Amino acid sequence: MAPHDATGTVGTLHDPTGLQTVVADFSSDQRAFKNVPWGKPMMWIFLVSDTFIFGSFLISYMTVRGSTQVPWPNPSEVFSLMMFGKNVPLLLIAIMTFVLISSSGTMALAVNYGYRRDRTTTFWLLIATAVLGATFVGMQAFEWTKLIMEGVRPWGNPWGAAQFGSCFFMITGFHGTHVTIGVIFLIIVATKVRRGDLDANRPGFLTGRRGNYEIVETMGLYWHFVDLVWVFIFAFFYLW
Amino acid sequence: MATHADAHAAHGAHDDAHAGDHATHAHGQQHPLGVYFKIWGLLFVLSIASYLVDYFHLQGVLRWSLILIFMFLKAGLIVAVFMHMMWERLALVYAIVVPPLLLVTLLAIGALEADYTFVTRGVFFGKEAAAAPAPAKPH
Repeated sequence: MAPHDATGTVGTLHDPTGLQTVVADFSSDQRAFKNVPWGKPMMWIFLVSDTFIFGSFLISYMTVRGSTQVPWPNPSEVFSLMMFGKNVPLLLIAIMTFVLISSSGTMALAVNYGYRRDRTTTFWLLIATAVLGATFVGMQAFEWTKLIMEGVRPWGNPWGAAQFGSCFFMITGFHGTHVTIGVIFLIIVATKVRRGDLDANRPGFLTGRRGNYEIVETMGLYWHFVDLVWVFIFAFFYLW
Repeated sequence: MATHADAHAAHGAHDDAHAGDHATHAHGQQHPLGVYFKIWGLLFVLSIASYLVDYFHLQGVLRWSLILIFMFLKAGLIVAVFMHMMWERLALVYAIVVPPLLLVTLLAIGALEADYTFVTRGVFFGKEAAAAPAPAKPH
């Protein structure tokens, strides 16, 4: 097929501004999001669908919590830890929150250093992100173990509304799965960065597309999303 | 297919030629490091603030409003800066940010349903619930 003869005709129109750019983009030829690398809208669309999944979980949690006549177990007490002979409320959850925010920061820096083509720094920042993510999952495993030992089950618990367990295991379990998958992909992307695959535009595993530093940003979008979901879980499940 | 591959190769060559000014490339999302450190710090401060809401046992409307304010500020900072939304094309921003607003409908349906179930359970099981022993306190 011959290349289009009429490319560049958009230049004959005046440059749109504000909302007009949205109309111009969506009514344009071939692709809607001009100058945006293809991987980025793809990841965003996946994240929107994931938003709907987590949104459904949180709203169904809200619905069962609002509809039960039995008092809801107080998360502040359920998730407290004994430290120095004192009961500190929500201590483990607070530490998990800080670990995840720290990992979000190192990820943002990794994307930045990636575009600077600083391979060593990007690699170590990605590894730091993966280690923080793995720490988070480890603490979550500890939390699950502690709660299961105390008798929390999806169908009941010693402190109140039976729905507490099913909501807790479903929401945090799904989030933990996302973090785990993220850690695996962080290690894969870090390896690609260290080997120089992205500088050499080497095609990746299972794809003929040429690698470049945009995959670090796409990875970053996923990782920040995992942190974003935790912000909502922290607010609605642990603090509410 | 051949032209496709050729176009791709040409694109790669073009990229190599301009590797030097990649930093200023329109889709390169290159921003000063200071922005990230400031937002990182802000996220820490907001997390500490929302933890303190629980630590000081604030209750009622004050608790819920503070939790929601800190939550939306954190979520907004992550999406806008860490996920680079504030620097993206407007078309992409609208395509991503507007659809999740549909969840508000689901939220309203969930709230109505929860209220209805709560009242129904009160009517049918109210007596049994009142007779049941009080649940144990954790720890």
